[in-house]
Amino acid sequence: MATGQLFSRTTQALFYNYKQLPIQRMLDFDFLCGRELPSVAGIINPGAEGFQKLFFGQEEIAIPVHSTIEAACAAHPTADVFINFASFRSAAASSMAALKQPTVRVVAIIAEGVPEADAKQLIAYARANNKVVIGPATVGGIQAGAFKIGDTAGTIDNIIACKLYRPGSVGFVSKSGGMSNELYNSIARVTDGIYEGIAIGGDVFPGSTLSDHVLRFNNIPQVKMIVVLGELGGRDEYSLVEALKQGKVSKPVVAWVSGTCAQLFKSEVQFGHAGAKSGGEMESAQAKNQALKDAGAVVPTSYEAFETAIKETFEKLVEEGKISSVKEFTPPQIPEDLNIAIKSGKVRAPTHIISTISDDRGEEPCYAGVPMSSIVEQGYGVGDVISLLWFKRSLPRYCTHFIEICIMLCADHGPCVSGAHNTIVTARAGKDLVSSLVSGLLTIGPRFGGAIDDAARYFKDAYDRGLTPYEFVESMKKKGIRVPGIGHRIKRGDNRDKRVELLQLFARTHFPSVKYMEYAVQVETYTLSKANNLVLNVDGAIGSLFLDLLAGSGMFTKQEIDEIVGIGYLNGLFVLARSIGLIGHTFDQKRLKQPLYRHPWEDVLYSK
Amino acid sequence: MARKKIREYDSKRLLKEHFKRLSGRDLPIKSAQVTESTDFNELAEKEPWLSSAKLVVKPDMLFGKRGKSGLVALNLDLDQVADFVQQRLGKDVEMGGCKGPITTFIIEPFIPHDQEFYLNIVSERLGCSISFSECGGIEIEENWDKVKTIFVPTGATFTSEVCAPLVATIPLEIKGEIEEFIQSAFALFQDLDFTFLEMNPFTLVDGKPYPLDMRGELDDTAAFKNFKKWGDIEFPMPFGRVMSSTESFVHGLDEKTSASLKFTVLNPEGRIWTMVAGGGASVIYADTVGDLGYASELGNYAEYSGAPNEDEVLQYARVVIDCATSNPDGHKRALVIGGGIANFTDVAATFNGIIRALKEKESKLKAARMNIYVRRGGPNYQRGLAKMRALGEEIGIPIEVYGPEATMTGICKQAIECITAAA
Repeated sequence: MATGQLFSRTTQALFYNYKQLPIQRMLDFDFLCGRELPSVAGIINPGAEGFQKLFFGQEEIAIPVHSTIEAACAAHPTADVFINFASFRSAAASSMAALKQPTVRVVAIIAEGVPEADAKQLIAYARANNKVVIGPATVGGIQAGAFKIGDTAGTIDNIIACKLYRPGSVGFVSKSGGMSNELYNSIARVTDGIYEGIAIGGDVFPGSTLSDHVLRFNNIPQVKMIVVLGELGGRDEYSLVEALKQGKVSKPVVAWVSGTCAQLFKSEVQFGHAGAKSGGEMESAQAKNQALKDAGAVVPTSYEAFETAIKETFEKLVEEGKISSVKEFTPPQIPEDLNIAIKSGKVRAPTHIISTISDDRGEEPCYAGVPMSSIVEQGYGVGDVISLLWFKRSLPRYCTHFIEICIMLCADHGPCVSGAHNTIVTARAGKDLVSSLVSGLLTIGPRFGGAIDDAARYFKDAYDRGLTPYEFVESMKKKGIRVPGIGHRIKRGDNRDKRVELLQLFARTHFPSVKYMEYAVQVETYTLSKANNLVLNVDGAIGSLFLDLLAGSGMFTKQEIDEIVGIGYLNGLFVLARSIGLIGHTFDQKRLKQPLYRHPWEDVLYSK
Repeated sequence: MARKKIREYDSKRLLKEHFKRLSGRDLPIKSAQVTESTDFNELAEKEPWLSSAKLVVKPDMLFGKRGKSGLVALNLDLDQVADFVQQRLGKDVEMGGCKGPITTFIIEPFIPHDQEFYLNIVSERLGCSISFSECGGIEIEENWDKVKTIFVPTGATFTSEVCAPLVATIPLEIKGEIEEFIQSAFALFQDLDFTFLEMNPFTLVDGKPYPLDMRGELDDTAAFKNFKKWGDIEFPMPFGRVMSSTESFVHGLDEKTSASLKFTVLNPEGRIWTMVAGGGASVIYADTVGDLGYASELGNYAEYSGAPNEDEVLQYARVVIDCATSNPDGHKRALVIGGGIANFTDVAATFNGIIRALKEKESKLKAARMNIYVRRGGPNYQRGLAKMRALGEEIGIPIEVYGPEATMTGICKQAIECITAAA
C-alpha cells in the first residue's frame, strides 16, 4: 500500500454507475471546503455518454459521462480515485478494470456482497501494483477539508457539526461505515477534529486493512493521533498489534474492538457485517482488545469510555505542545435544494401541470378516484374506464356498453380507407408500430372519420333551435356545407347500413330517450327524398345517439354537454376504435413480410 | 451473508458432482441424507446400495467430534441404521456448550480402511493455505506436527512443484494419485467458491481417494455465480440456534424485506432490552451493557437497518416490546431505543413505527414498569426526537431522549442505573 496521503484538495475522482445524490453530496462538500475544482471529474455509465448537470454551490456544472472506464481515464488523466457504485454482481469486474488503468491509484467499492474470491483477486492485483482498494461494503472515507467519497459523513448539517470542512489532527479508521459517522461526531466533540477517516468495510477480506491505514496515517505529518474501531471476527487487528509491537507506529493509537457481546450468544453468531462472525478465541473482541492493549494502544474498558480515552489522549498531546491550533473559518452556506425546502415548509413553488383524471401516487393507481382494484374486482369494462378517464364519472352500464359497441363497430373498415392505407404503406416501408399507427391516425379529420363530432354539433344545434329537417338541410345547403352524418358511398335507402341499425336497436331498447336520434332519422327521411344514397351513416348515428346518451343519462349539465361536443370528445371514440384496426393492419403487413409499397406509374396521370 | 457452513452431505454431493467435470475422473462417493421426512423404503429404492452394503450413520449437524461423542455407528445394515436414527432424531444433544436437537443424519457405505489422510484448504486474505497429513483421523490434533502446510498466493498456478512439500514423504506408488487428488480438490474449491474445505480423514479405496468425513463452507455472496453448480444447497443455522416463535416471526419479516431486521433473545428474564438502528451500533449497545457489568440483565440483541418501512418497524417493535414486557415482576425495566448518527435514514420516519407500537403497548409497558431511553442522530432527528418526547408525556411513561450531542451508549449506563436503583 502506498504510504502517506491518498487525497488532497485537488484530488479528482471518476464515479462509476451514475447516482445523482452521492455525487451531489461530494460536490456540496467541495463547495463547503472552498475547493476550486469539483472532486468528480467524470462519470462512467456503461452504455451512456454525454453530460450530467449537477450543482457546484449555486452554479450548475456539466460533468462528462463516459461509457467505458478506459475512455473516462483517457479523458481525465489526472483523476486518480475511482469510486465504484456498481452492484455486488458487477463491482469486482469494473474495479479490476479500473485498477488496471495506469492513471487510477485508489479504488473505493461501495457494494456489499462482493464474492470473497473476487475481492481476493483485487487485493492481489492492488498489492502487486502498489494501488489502494477501499471496501467493498463501505461508505468510503473522507479527508477533512479536501476530499470525500460518495455518501461518507451523511448530511451537510452533520459535516458542519463535525467540522469536516477543515482538517483536524486525528486519523480514524473503522470497519463499520455507519459507526464512522458516529465517531466523526465523537472525535469532533473531544479533539480538534478529523484529519482523515476511512471505513474499510465489513467484509471478511477488505481491500485495505485497519493496519494499512494506521501505518499510512503514521506517515502523514498532520495526523497527530490515530483512532481505530475494529470488530470481532477475522484477524486483521493482529497485523495492527504486530505493527505496534514492532514500533512501526509512533503516534498514539486509541482502539476499541466491538463485539464483546458475542459470548452471550449460545451458538455461533453472524452479525450484520460479513466479517463480524464469532469464531475462535483469537477472533473474539475480548482477545483483540487485550492484544491491542498489550501492544501499547489505549484501549478503554467499554465503548462508553472510548470517547473519554480519545479526549485524554488528545489533551495529553496538547499539553505536550504537539497540536498546532487549527485555523477556523466559517464555511459558506450551501443553497438548499428546492424539494427539501418545500418539504420543510420553508418555501413554496407553483406547479407547472395540473391533472384531474388519474392519480398514481398511492398504493395503486386511481382513475377518477376509483382504485384499480375496484375496477378489476367489479368487472368494469373498457367503456367504464373511458367513462372514468374521459367524463370523470361512472356512467350507467347501458351507457358504457353503448361506448363499447361504438368502439367495436368503428375498430376497422377494411384496408382501402385512408387510415388503413397509410398504415399499410408505412408498415411496408419498414417503420415501427407507432409510426405506422400514427401515419394512419393522421388521416383522421374532416373527410375521414371526423364526421361524428360535426354530426353531433349540427344535429344538436338544429334540434335545440327547433329547426324542422327541411329548414336544417336547406340552411346547410345555402352555406355550402354537406350535412355531416348523412350519405354513404354504397348504402342506399333500401339497403341500410347494418351498423346503424344495430346502434338504433340498442338505443331504443336501453336509452330513456332517443330524441336526437329520432330527429336525425327525420332528417334522413328528408334527404332520402333528394337522393337514394343520402342515408344516415354510422357517424351520424353515433353522433346523434351520443347526444341522447349525454342528455338522457341525467348525469351531465347542459353546459357540460356543450363542452363535450365542443371539445370534440366523439372523435376521440373514432380515434380510439380505429387504432385497434390500424395496429392490426401493421401486424398483418409485418407478418406477411410485405415489401416496400410503390405506387404503379400506370396508375398515375402524369399531366401538365 | 458471507461464509456459510454446509452439511457434510452437501459437501460430498458437490465434490462428487464436480470432481468429474474438473478432473475427468469419477469419485465413487455414495451418501444419503435422512431427516424427519425421510421414508426409509423410498430411500432404499432410490439408493439401492443401502440395502446391500454395510453402513455408517452419523448426525450431519455442522458439529464435529462425533466419533469421540459416540454419535457414529459403524457396520450396520439398513434396519439397524433406521433404528439408530429413530432413537436419536429430534433428541437434544450438547456439543461444545451448544444444545440442540439432531434433525439430519448422513448414511454412507461402511469402508474398512487402514490409511487415514488429512486434507484441509482454507481461503485467506492473500491466497489459500493447503494442509495435508498422512496421519489423519480423530487423532489429528495429537499428530499436528505431522501436518504439512503450503500457501498458494491468489492468482498463482497450483503446480506439482508447489504441491511437492505436501506429498514428499508419501510412498511412490500412491503419491501420484494423492497429488492429483489434492490438485483437483483445490480446483474444485476455487471453482465452487468454497472458503473452507476439510477431509479428515480420506482414505484410498481400490487405490482411489475416498473422503470418509468432510466439512465445507461456501461464500454465499457468490450464490449469483453458482446457482446451477450448487444446486439445491442448504445453509443450516449454526448448531444449537433454535428460534423461538418471536425470533422466527422477526426472521420471517427479515426474509421478506430488503431491510435488515434481527432479533435474538439472550435472557427472557433480563431487565434491559434493546432496539437499535444499524448493524455496527446494535452490536456496540449489546457490548456496552455487558462491558459495564450487566450482561446477565441483557434481554436481547436487536438490530433494524437498511430503511425498513413504517409497517415493518411497527411489526418489529411490537415483538421486541412484547418480549421486553412479558411476566412483570414489580421491578423496573429499561428499553434502550438506540442508534448512531445515521448517514441518510430519515430518523423521524423510522420512529413513526416504533411510536405506534409503544402507544399500542402502553398498558403492558406500564405493567412492566418500563423506562425508555432514546438516542439517535441523523437526517430529521430533531423531529423524531420531539415526537418521542411528546409520546412520553402523552402515555405517561418515563422516557429520556438524546440526540447526537450525547454519546451513543450513554443511555446504556442510564438504563443500568435505572434497574439497579432502589425500586
